[in-house]
Amino acid sequence: MAYRIAANQLRTTRILSVKTESPTVKTFTFKDKVCTRAKPGQFLMLWIPGVDEIPLSILDAKEDSAVSVAVKKVGEATQALHNKKTGEIIGIRGPFGNSFTLKEGKILMVGGGTGTAPLLFLAKKSASKATKLVFVIGAKTKEELLFIDKLEETCSKDNLITTTEDGSYGIKGLATTPLERLLAKERFDVIYTCGPEQMIRKIFDLAEKHGIALEASLERLMRCAIGLCGSCAVGRYRVCRDGPVFTASQLREVKSEFGISKRDFDGKRIPLE
Amino acid sequence: MAGLRLANPTILASGILGYSAETLGSIVEGGAGAVVTKSVGLKPRNGYANPTIAQTSCGLINAMGLPNPGIGEFVKEIREAKTALNAPLIVSVYGFSTEEYAKVSKKAVDSGADAIELNVSCPHVKETGSEIGQNPKILKEVVEKVKATVDKPVFVKLSPNVTSIAETAEAAVKAGADAITAINTVKAMAIDTETTMPILSNKIGGLSGPAIKPIAVRCVYEIYEQVKVPIVGCGGITNWRDAVEFLLAGATAVQIGTAVALKGPNIFKAVNQGIDAYLKRKGFRSVEEIVGLSHRS
Repeated sequence: MAYRIAANQLRTTRILSVKTESPTVKTFTFKDKVCTRAKPGQFLMLWIPGVDEIPLSILDAKEDSAVSVAVKKVGEATQALHNKKTGEIIGIRGPFGNSFTLKEGKILMVGGGTGTAPLLFLAKKSASKATKLVFVIGAKTKEELLFIDKLEETCSKDNLITTTEDGSYGIKGLATTPLERLLAKERFDVIYTCGPEQMIRKIFDLAEKHGIALEASLERLMRCAIGLCGSCAVGRYRVCRDGPVFTASQLREVKSEFGISKRDFDGKRIPLE
Repeated sequence: MAGLRLANPTILASGILGYSAETLGSIVEGGAGAVVTKSVGLKPRNGYANPTIAQTSCGLINAMGLPNPGIGEFVKEIREAKTALNAPLIVSVYGFSTEEYAKVSKKAVDSGADAIELNVSCPHVKETGSEIGQNPKILKEVVEKVKATVDKPVFVKLSPNVTSIAETAEAAVKAGADAITAINTVKAMAIDTETTMPILSNKIGGLSGPAIKPIAVRCVYEIYEQVKVPIVGCGGITNWRDAVEFLLAGATAVQIGTAVALKGPNIFKAVNQGIDAYLKRKGFRSVEEIVGLSHRS
């Protein structure tokens, strides 16, 4: 699969709107024709001029070329982006990577934190194909639960299960907490997941135990985003080109790294925090 | 070539996916006759902040800033790669002094490197790379010291950002270089017109890809006229015809880098098949027969 040179060229665009989703997450929307074709699971590189360039999952891409990303404030670059207002200039490269495969049947999605973003995009596309769509969303607190309204709209209130670590809303615990029971009583055809990698690893183990197909989106340090630099390698896979979405059989091959370690800026293998 | 046995004349260029044994393995599976690792130095380096690449219409500009875990950590990957790979492993080495080049080279060879490629040509990190290679006196010191320290072939990768690359090559060969790799990236930059800012965080980087192929072919041609050691041609090769052009200019083998992103690891197989078909069609029995052929026609 070749990358498109046109997609890798930097485009500058103005921020169309900024929406505060939670105390730490904002959604930025901007126009970008090349990303209009983006599929759920793909990511883009967003340049904050003079600061950094960061990988972000695409939350939505509409036909009028309005593209959205959800950004959690985690460091210098995301803080600088949070400070930006409507009308300010950012740069875009992408979309990059593969996407989730749209499947029919009974679908379970599990999103942790901003990992919910690409899954909401996927849920919107899957809703018409799925015979049933159950969405489990996890966050630290009630305030940090993302996109609840849109998720209720997409998969109905009954099929939305919420968890918070402090118990301030929904089930107390992690996104994985309700899964054991859910999977024991109901048979799903596929699980899609994105979020903290230790969470994904637990879900992978559960999917393996119950023999359910799985697609998971992973995150790594990104530099080139086109499969050249090796910064995002997991085993023999490059998250930017071979991923970011991996199947259970691919994840089985990289079990010694998946959910355990990543590469630091200097390329050294370090434990996932 | 220069004491290495290669199954074919295509080699992975340094800087591409060269962190780990597993990714190097996928390149050998893709058909590469040998691989060069990412450049490694004495101490760990984080490299530059993003953006570290800027795509242009005809090539890619990068300024990664030599990110690497340092030779102390990297010896693990060398050992692992050495046992896993079914092709020669060439370790790319940079240093901030003659002693650093020698120390890192020694550790690399001690842990299994089949050859060393001296990076004296990276255009975007101060006090190493091209700042070494552009100074014939320092270049000579570095090559002599490394040659005196290790007993494996030493390749010297040269920068095109010099007045005469043939003279630089001659200085390297006089100091003992077993082979010359030409060329590293061409110093370049890209500026965004809307923000009026340089795109790369380091402002200046190195251009690779199809844009630099004609420059690289000329460099190989000039070096071939000046020195007797094997030349490894590198710069903008994306298909077999590009590779043959380098062989005709005087290269004994070629390195492919940027095109791996465009076409995937199997580009090595495709290039090799193309070279073989060309040799057959033209009635040549081996690659050796066409090395430098353009100088005689």
